[in-house]
Amino acid sequence: MIRDRLAERFASVRDAGRSALVTFVTAGDPDPDTAQAILDGLPAAGADIIELGMPFSDPMADGPAIQVANLRALGNGITLKKTLAMVEKFRAGDDDTPIVLMGYYNPIHHYGVQAFIDRAIEIGVDGLIIVDLPPEEDVEMAHPCLTAGLHWIRLTTPTSDDARLDVVLKNSSGFVYYVSITGITGTRSAEQTSVADAVARIRRHTDLPVAVGFGIKTADQVREVASVADGVVVGSAIVSQVEAGVDAGQSGGDIAARVHEFVRTLAGGLSQEAQ
Amino acid sequence: MTSNAPESYRSGPDAEGHFGIFGGRFVAETLMPLILEVEKAYYRYRDDPDFLRELNYLARDYVGRPSPLYLAERLSDELGGARIYFKRDELNHTGAHKINNTLGQILLAKRMGKTRIIAETGAGQHGVATATVCALFNLPCVVYMGEKDIERQAPNVFRMRLLGAEIKPVTSGTATLKDAMNDALRDWVANVEDTFYIIGTAAGPHPYPEMVRDFQCVIGREAREQFMERTGRLPDAIAACIGGGSNAIGLFHPFLDDAGVRIIGVEAAGHGIESGEHAASLTGGHPGVLHGNRTYLLQDDDGQICDAHSISAGLDYPGIGPEHSWLHESGRVEYVSVTDDEALEAFQLCCRTEGIIPALEPSHALAHVAKIAPEMDRKQSIIMNLCGRGDKDVFTVAKALGVEL
Repeated sequence: MIRDRLAERFASVRDAGRSALVTFVTAGDPDPDTAQAILDGLPAAGADIIELGMPFSDPMADGPAIQVANLRALGNGITLKKTLAMVEKFRAGDDDTPIVLMGYYNPIHHYGVQAFIDRAIEIGVDGLIIVDLPPEEDVEMAHPCLTAGLHWIRLTTPTSDDARLDVVLKNSSGFVYYVSITGITGTRSAEQTSVADAVARIRRHTDLPVAVGFGIKTADQVREVASVADGVVVGSAIVSQVEAGVDAGQSGGDIAARVHEFVRTLAGGLSQEAQ
Repeated sequence: MTSNAPESYRSGPDAEGHFGIFGGRFVAETLMPLILEVEKAYYRYRDDPDFLRELNYLARDYVGRPSPLYLAERLSDELGGARIYFKRDELNHTGAHKINNTLGQILLAKRMGKTRIIAETGAGQHGVATATVCALFNLPCVVYMGEKDIERQAPNVFRMRLLGAEIKPVTSGTATLKDAMNDALRDWVANVEDTFYIIGTAAGPHPYPEMVRDFQCVIGREAREQFMERTGRLPDAIAACIGGGSNAIGLFHPFLDDAGVRIIGVEAAGHGIESGEHAASLTGGHPGVLHGNRTYLLQDDDGQICDAHSISAGLDYPGIGPEHSWLHESGRVEYVSVTDDEALEAFQLCCRTEGIIPALEPSHALAHVAKIAPEMDRKQSIIMNLCGRGDKDVFTVAKALGVEL
């Protein structure tokens, strides 16, 4: 029986009267050691759930910040195997914070789908978000994942109408990730009212927790989105902190510290929400 | 044919866009409703009499179809073997086969009520063909082009600007065709309401590989008919170069069920397959998933996409259309590769013997034809797709030959 850390975490933050802060960082960015330090310190900084990006040479759904992070990480030697090893190390010190791996299909396709799923479960990965595997391709990974007991988390978008939502949610588990804009990561932000409407609509189709992301950059935005969603995802803004640190010539330790400081600020938006 | 050969090689793709295990729809959810909308519109209009009337009218009076099937006698005599015929798609308006497809797609975009066109381009030929039809239909056109390609294809960049297109330099990734396609997809995700993406090759998510193939099949249909009319039989072999593979699938598809016709696709071997610097996805790659489809890709041990290399910017792509991957695995089409040097030699041979300056892309096909023609009988024939003219390449060729212009 696999432990359902995602369900546990959503339940515990709900009990605390707030939403979950979901933080995205790119594995191996800017280098393997710094990335491990960033990852290991996220829970203490206020991350409730961690999305760990698996770098890919051609991240089609990502904006400039995450594109550059992917290339920086790949340039410094990250591979899919090393990404999995990062999770394994993290788990040795934290057995409670859910980790969701997010990325594109080709590196997994190359690794071998079943071998990847088996290894992910073995080291304590809780779910997967594979951007370029829509429901039309469910036989590729969604079915084997769900059979094996790994959460298959899917993106829904403003372009998902009611009929499409049913298709998208059919083999979804863990939580639903609502992409609040039509576009790539880290660009514009959505109107708060349209987010509220969209989340309400998704809730009419599913009982899964709904997390909202894309374009959320500040503690204020976190607070606003948290008022209507079960989780708030911040990605590019965190990844941009890594880039700023690299550009400023900071040491790995300082870069990790500034990322954690930024996450603490974001988490502040949630504690205010709870009050 | 082996016993497990399909009844027909021309029935794909299936309803999900698969050619065997290849093809499919590997795109982000934001794009899915749009991809489904394009598919629905394409199936609605592809047999629509008004759509076909407009397409055929423009193909004839604007593009100049049918393109001639020309017996290259001097070249055939020089090589001493099979008679070589050129399907002269380089005589099309804009100088390549690309316009067969952009015309079809823009007519579809118009019927779907889309008001903005985007495209990716490597060598600039597809960009020019897209900018051309956008000028014709008065639609704004944005072309994504890798920064490196902008440098090496300056004349085509200027052509596109003259035609009113906006060129967006792509600096992400390796700043070449694959990255231009990534950025075009990113644009499309952000502008799903009003924008139509005219993909330039027979790759991408379903229905693009099928749609682009169908628009390019005019090449093979004409060639087959022209050859039959002239000789009363079918050719012994047909050949075409392959980057993404749109000109090749356009020539090949109408011949796929003619069992007696040998079909050869020629990939770019760049500096040689063993050098690692090439663009031969089938010869030197593995199946993977990129740009919306499963197909053969150049990739490393971690599944990261590798840079392609070819002297011909039009073949410089790390993937290949999914139908080619299937035809490769099913054995119906023979896929070979030709190096930069061999293509350069064929380029000069064509200039010298036929008075035709071919593009570097079909020079690859010609280089292979020059290898096999002498082994064939004079009574046998090969049709080669001369899919583009070489004006755009004279600077590249001069540089490769050490000539200063």
